[in-house]
Amino acid sequence: MRTHNSLISKLVQSDRGGSVLLALLGIAMVLVPLLNLAVPESSALHLSTYTMTLLGKYLAFALLALALDLVWGYCGILSLGHGAFFALGGYAMGMYLMRQIGERGVYGNAELPDFMVFLNWQELPWYWFGFDQFWFAMLMVVVVPGLLAFAFGWLAFRSRVTGVYLSIMTQALTFALMLAFFRNEMGFGGNNGLTDFKDILGFDLQADTTRAGLFVASALALALGYLLSRFVVNSKFGRVIVALRDAESRARFIGYKVEMYKVGLFVFSAMLAGIAGALYVPQVGIINPGEFSPLNSIELVIWVAVGGRGTLYGAVLGALLVNYAKTYFTGAFPEIWLFALGALFVLVTILLPRGVIGVLRRKQAETAT
Amino acid sequence: MSSEANLPHDIPGANFSAAPQSRVADPEVLDTTHGPILYLEGVTVSFDGFKALNNLSLYIDDGELRCIIGANGAGKTTMMDVITGKTRPDSGSVFFGQTINLLELSETDIAQRGIGRKFQKPTVFEPLSVFENLELAMATDKRAWVSLFAKLTGEQRDRIDEVLTIIGLTTERQRRAGQLSHGQKQWLEIGMLLMQNPRVLLVDEPVAGMTAQEVERTAELLLSLGGRHSVVVVEHDMEFVRSIANIVTVLHEGSVLAEGSMSKVQNDPRVIEVYLGE
Amino acid sequence: MSLLIRYLIASILLWSCVAHAEPVAPLDFAAAVQALNADNFTAKEQAIAALAALGDERTRVVLIAFQEGNLQYRKADGKVVLVREVAEGYQLTDPIGETDLGVVGKRDVKKITINNALRRVLREAIARLSLTSKRADVRLTAVGELTGNLDVAAVTLLERARATEQDAEIIAAIDTALALNAVNSATPSVRLEAVAALQGSLLPAVRNRLNSVAEGDADAAVKQAAARAVKSIETKLERYALAETVFFGLSLGSVLLLAAIGLAITFGVMGVINMAHGELIMLGAYTTYLVQQAMPQYLEYSMLVAVPAAFLVAGAFGIAIERGVIRFLYGRPLETLLATFGISLVLQQLVRTTISAQNVTVSNPAWMSGSWQINAALSLTYNRLYIVIFTLLVFAALLLLLKKSALGLHVRAVAQNRSMARAMGIRTEWVDALTFGLGSGIAGVAGVALSQLTNVGPNMGQAYIIDSFMVVVFGGVGNLWGALVGAFSLGVVNKFLEPYSGAVLAKILVLVFIILFIQKRPRGLFPQKGRAAES
Repeated sequence: MRTHNSLISKLVQSDRGGSVLLALLGIAMVLVPLLNLAVPESSALHLSTYTMTLLGKYLAFALLALALDLVWGYCGILSLGHGAFFALGGYAMGMYLMRQIGERGVYGNAELPDFMVFLNWQELPWYWFGFDQFWFAMLMVVVVPGLLAFAFGWLAFRSRVTGVYLSIMTQALTFALMLAFFRNEMGFGGNNGLTDFKDILGFDLQADTTRAGLFVASALALALGYLLSRFVVNSKFGRVIVALRDAESRARFIGYKVEMYKVGLFVFSAMLAGIAGALYVPQVGIINPGEFSPLNSIELVIWVAVGGRGTLYGAVLGALLVNYAKTYFTGAFPEIWLFALGALFVLVTILLPRGVIGVLRRKQAETAT
Repeated sequence: MSSEANLPHDIPGANFSAAPQSRVADPEVLDTTHGPILYLEGVTVSFDGFKALNNLSLYIDDGELRCIIGANGAGKTTMMDVITGKTRPDSGSVFFGQTINLLELSETDIAQRGIGRKFQKPTVFEPLSVFENLELAMATDKRAWVSLFAKLTGEQRDRIDEVLTIIGLTTERQRRAGQLSHGQKQWLEIGMLLMQNPRVLLVDEPVAGMTAQEVERTAELLLSLGGRHSVVVVEHDMEFVRSIANIVTVLHEGSVLAEGSMSKVQNDPRVIEVYLGE
Repeated sequence: MSLLIRYLIASILLWSCVAHAEPVAPLDFAAAVQALNADNFTAKEQAIAALAALGDERTRVVLIAFQEGNLQYRKADGKVVLVREVAEGYQLTDPIGETDLGVVGKRDVKKITINNALRRVLREAIARLSLTSKRADVRLTAVGELTGNLDVAAVTLLERARATEQDAEIIAAIDTALALNAVNSATPSVRLEAVAALQGSLLPAVRNRLNSVAEGDADAAVKQAAARAVKSIETKLERYALAETVFFGLSLGSVLLLAAIGLAITFGVMGVINMAHGELIMLGAYTTYLVQQAMPQYLEYSMLVAVPAAFLVAGAFGIAIERGVIRFLYGRPLETLLATFGISLVLQQLVRTTISAQNVTVSNPAWMSGSWQINAALSLTYNRLYIVIFTLLVFAALLLLLKKSALGLHVRAVAQNRSMARAMGIRTEWVDALTFGLGSGIAGVAGVALSQLTNVGPNMGQAYIIDSFMVVVFGGVGNLWGALVGAFSLGVVNKFLEPYSGAVLAKILVLVFIILFIQKRPRGLFPQKGRAAES
C-alpha cells in the first residue's frame, strides 16, 4: 500500500488540479452512497437514487472526456468518433446484461434475447458467445474498442492522415457504425438497441445498493483512468506525443516512429472510452445506435474544450459542467438547449481556447504577480 | 569522457565524436569502403511538370564537409527531402554507403540509421523545455513501448548537460523552447542534431538570422565535426561558405552546375553567367 | 394467308353490323349522349354505335366515363352528366358544353348501368375512336391498351389504323400488338414470323408470351426462335437496366456534387472546414418552401425565384458566419470545425423554433413531375433529369467564375499564397468573405434542388455533410474537377451496390471504401502537388 501511495503521490506531484480531483472523487465515493443509503429519505440531506445515478453517469462521461483529452489535448488528434468507442464498450456491457435476463424476457427464451426471438432467429450468433460471462464481457469492453482504434489508427496514422481529414474520417467511422447498428441484421437489437436489463453480477439493477455500487465503480474508474493517463503523459512517451503534436515531421526526422506513438495513444484512449461506455450503460439502462451519432461525439469535444484541453482534469471539469448544464436546460428550457450548446461551441473556441482551466490559471498568474 | 567534457567550447566536435552511444536500429553495416557515404544518381523529382531535381548526381565522401549553393529553386531543399525520405523521386537512386537503399526506407528509419537533418526554418518542440528537446533527440531506443517506461541514466543526463554547454543554453535548460530567440532556436536544433549522433548531418541554412559572432561559432562547430562525420551544408551566405568550405557544389535548375574548390567554382564561367546574368 | 383474309372479311362484316345495323336517324351530339340513358342494354348498344358514328371529338370522353361508371343522370331531370367524386358528393360536368354543373349529393344522380357485353362494345368503340384520334399520344396509349388481348374485331381495327398511320412509333407498336396476336395462330409459319417480329420488343407482355411459347409451343422451330427472342430481349433489358442504374447514380452524384462544390470552395480554397454547410443547404431548401408559400398561384415559376433567393439567403448567412466567427479562427482548422458545428446547431434550432420542428412540404412544379418514357423498359424522371442538368450548369458557371472573373483570380491568388496576395494589394478579408459567401450560396442552391427530391426538415443538412466531405476528400481538396469526378463516381458506385447490399449497407461500404482509399491516397484522386501541398 505504501508503494502505491508513493507512486500516486509521485504522479500527482506538482499536479494540483489532479490532487484536488482525486481528493474530491475519494470524498464522493464515500459520501454519495452514504447520503443515499444511510440517510433516511425524509431528511433534507438525503440524496435521491436518481441524483446518484445522474452523478454516476456524469462520471462515466468525465472518463470519456478524459480519453478524448489524451488524444486531442496532448497529441492534437481531434477525434470526432470517440463516441463510437464509448458505444462499443457500452454494447459489450449491454450484451452481458442482455444475457443475464435469461428466461425473464417477454418470450421467456433462456438463450436468445427478446429481439432475436422477435426476428425469428433460431440460435445465438457466434459473436454473442461468451457474453454471459462477466469477465469475458469486461475483456471485450476494452478489446473491441481497442481493436477498432488499432485498425483505424494504424491505417490512418501510417498514411499520415492528420488534422481535419482525420477528424472527418473519424466522424465517418462513427456514422458508418451508427448506420450498421441500426440494421436489425447486425444482431444488436437494431433501432431499439439493448434494454430491459434486470441485474448485474446477480445484483438487481433497480436496487439502491447496486446503483451506489455502480457510482463507486464509476468514481474509481475515473480516478484510476486519471492516474494512468497522468502516468502516460508524464512519461517520455507523453513528451514525444506533445512533441509530435506541433512538429510531427521533426519528430520523424529525429527517429521516432510517429505512427506507433499515435496508434498506441489512440488505442489506450479508445479503451478508456470503452470502459466509460460500460459504466454508462447499466446506469441508464439502455444502449442504442443513437450513441454512435456524430452529434454525440462532437458534443463530447465541447466538454473537453470547455474544461480546457491538455490538462486531463480540465476535461473532467468540462464534462461535469456541460452535462450539468444540459440536464438543467433540457429540463427547464428544452427549446434553448441547442442554442446554448451551439453558442458554447462558438464562444469557447473564440474566447476561451484554453477553457475554464485556462481562465483560472490566468487569474492565478495575475494575482501572483 | 569527463576530461573531454571540460574542454573549451571552441572545439566541441571532440566531445561529439567521442559520444558513447551507438546507433540502435541498424542491422545492416554501413559500408563506406569505396569512399562516398552518400550516393545520389540520376535523381529526378517533378512537381506538376516542374523539375525540381533534374537527373541530379552527387556523391558525398565519408567525413567530408560539403557546401551546396544555388539560387532559389535550384533544388537544394528538395535534394535534402529526397535524402531524408520526405520526398520520393520519380527516378534515380539514393544510397547510404554501398548497401543501404534510402529509397526503401521511411524517414524514421533513415534518421535512425544516422542521417540527421536541420531544417531551414528552425523547428524545435516549442511546448517542451530545452532539456526535454535534447532528451527526445538523444540516440536511444525510440520505440513507443520503451518510451513509456524510459528513465534517464546519469550518463545520459551528463551527455545532455554537455550538449547544453556546447550550444550555450545551459542557463535556459528549463525554459520552454518556444520562448527562445531565433538564434537560440537554431542552436537548440543543432544541439538536437548532436544528440542524435548521426553519421551524416544535413544542415539547411544554419546561420540565417544569426549575429556575426554566432555565425563564427557555428562555422567552428561545423568544421570540428569533419573527419568522422559527413556534413552537408546548404547556405546562401557566401562569406560563411567561404569560411568553412572545402568543396562546393553549385546546383542550378535541379542538377549540378559546377563542383570544386571555392575559388575554382567562383571562376567558372557558367556559374558567373547564372549568378550574374548574361 | 387465307386465314388472314378470312379474319379481315369477318371483321369488316362485324364492324358494318355494329356501325350500320341501327335504324336511328342522324342525331346531334347532345341527343346522342342523352340516348345513352336507355332502358335496356340493346338500346344502349345502339346508342353507343350512333354516338360513335357521329365522329364528334367529345365522344371519347363520354364513352370512357360510361365505361368507368362516371356517366350518370340527374334524378331531377334525367340529364346525362359526367361525374367526378369529391369530398361533398359528386362534381357534375355537362358532357355537351363541358360546363361545370356544380356539386350534388351522391343520391341526386344515378349511374347508367352497363353489362359485360356492353363493356366489350364500349372498349372497341373507345379503342376505335382513340386509334383515329388526332393526338398521337392518345393513339399510342390506345394501341398499348389493346396489346396482349386482341380479338378479331380489334385486329381489324389495328390493321385499318396501321394502313393510315404516319407515326413510326405507333406503327411499330401496332406491329408488335398484331404480332403478339399472331403468335396464337394455328399455323407454325405465321407463329414463326410473329416471333421474329417480336424479337426487339421490350413489353412485359411480349416477354411473358414468348417465354411461354419457348416452353410450350408444339413446333420445335418456333420454340427455338422464341427462346432466342427471349434471350435477345433479356440482353436488351439488362442493358437498359444498366443505363437506368447509371442514371440513378448520376442523379445521386449530381446531388452529392451540388452539396459538395460549395464545400470544395470553402474547404479547398480557404482551408476552412464549415460544419454548418449542411445547414446552409437546409436554408436553401427552406427558402424554396417560403417562396412557394409566398406565391402559391405561381408554383410553376417558383423555382425561378427560389434559386436566386436561396443563393442570396444562404450566401448572406455564409458571409455573416465568416465575418462573425470564422475570421477569428484562420489557421486553426480544428477550432473552425468546432465553431461552425456550433453554428449548425443554432441554425437547426432556429428553423425548428421559427418554422416547424416537422418536415415541411415543398411541391414539385408540374414541369418537374412525371417522367420521360424512352421505351417500355427505360424511363427517366424529370426532376432527377433536370437536377443533373442543373448541377452541370452550376458547375460550369462556377468554373467560369473562378477562371475568368476578377473575383475568381483573387480567390485563386489567395488560395495559393495568402500573404503574397495581400502584398499585391488584394483585400484578402473581402476575398475571404466573398468566397465563403459564394460557397454558401451554392449550398443554398443545392438546397433548392434537394427540396425537389427529399424531405425538407431541420435535420436534412446533417445527412449531407459527411457525404459532401467524402466527395471533397475523395476527389482531392482544392480541385473542382476532382469533386465532379468524385461525386459522380461515388453516386454511381453507390447505386450499383444498392441492389446487392441494400441502401444502408451500400452507404456503409462506400464510407469504408473512402476510409481505405484515403490510406492509399491521402490527397484524393487529383492531389495538388508541389511545395504548396506539403504544409
